Amino acid sequence: MYELITQLSRWVVPGLIAIVLVTAWVRRVNVFEVFVAGAEQGFSTAIRTIPYLVAMLVAIHIFRASGAMQLMAQALAPWLAWIGLPPELLPHAIMRPLSGGAALGIATDIIARYGPDSFLGLLVSTMQGTSDTTFYVLTLYFGSVGIVRYRYSIYTGLAADLITLLASIAVVRMAFHAGL
Amino acid sequence: MVNLIWLAMILTGIAVAGWQNNIQVVTQAALEGAAQGVKTSLGLIAIISFWLGIMKLAEAAGLVQALAWLLSPLIRWLFPEIPRQHPAMGAIILNLSANILGLGNAATPMGLIAMREMQQLNRGDPRTASKSMCTFLALNTSCITIVPSTIIGIRAMHGSADPTAIVGTTILATACGMTGAIILDKIFRRIYKHTA
Repeated sequence: MYELITQLSRWVVPGLIAIVLVTAWVRRVNVFEVFVAGAEQGFSTAIRTIPYLVAMLVAIHIFRASGAMQLMAQALAPWLAWIGLPPELLPHAIMRPLSGGAALGIATDIIARYGPDSFLGLLVSTMQGTSDTTFYVLTLYFGSVGIVRYRYSIYTGLAADLITLLASIAVVRMAFHAGL
Repeated sequence: MVNLIWLAMILTGIAVAGWQNNIQVVTQAALEGAAQGVKTSLGLIAIISFWLGIMKLAEAAGLVQALAWLLSPLIRWLFPEIPRQHPAMGAIILNLSANILGLGNAATPMGLIAMREMQQLNRGDPRTASKSMCTFLALNTSCITIVPSTIIGIRAMHGSADPTAIVGTTILATACGMTGAIILDKIFRRIYKHTA
């Protein structure tokens, strides 16, 4: 099963590229010219995201380096014990919507320390796989078109993160009968 | 809201660092964060250029339109303001497909194209998110992933007996999150009726 999924994920992108190219060629599209015309817009699109990412990552780095994040984790610990989240995974739950790279770092640390097949390892793996970096997605996508008023999308995003977290805890407990 | 969170994160950080007699880390952290922001954006140039090229080809070949036609009933229900033939439809569908397949790198540029197209349809203030944009972001932050490949790799690296054991739990948990996001978005759309 693992082999099949690895093979499958290896083939997805090359397969997609091949299908697009072959179809375009059969349809008599000037493949090279059209590709270049599309790629031309890549530079400006990426550059437009710089100020937004800088703003967000500066705040996240200050918050983490100062120790404020750890204090927040300690303050929230009793609440999260009530929903069934082990305190070891608190920093991950807080970091997941803020920074994908940092959350992956915490997940790797938990897996290395407690083992990938422990309850903590399985839960943190699921938490990492289920959710995207809400603040990064909001900042990047809205930033690219100059939107500064996000309206309710930040509430939807964070509420969805919370639902996903609760569902991860419940599903992992049910699937692996891991202890309370 | 973002203004408030952003301000609170920085000011709390400075206050905590000062209180713990650790103020020197703040400047360094700020500059590190800024550098990482620039690095991430520059790193995106390659991948966005590549996928914009492929996207343009897919569009010229009629593939986007074919896929959009297949998924249009669902997308039309989620994005009632976007006209059926509009290019935003295709970009949204490709972005969601790439997200589902766990191709984060492919999903991002398609998502940026979708945002650009939706901005052209934005009838309100161009600095305020439209309803379609909010729905799109809700789907993106909570999107179903079938193969969370990065974490599977890390599990394998640390000697897991079954690295893909978490695929099933991931699909189930993420399905709950996505359903929740869609329901919440539909509710918020009613509450915030007054704007486009």
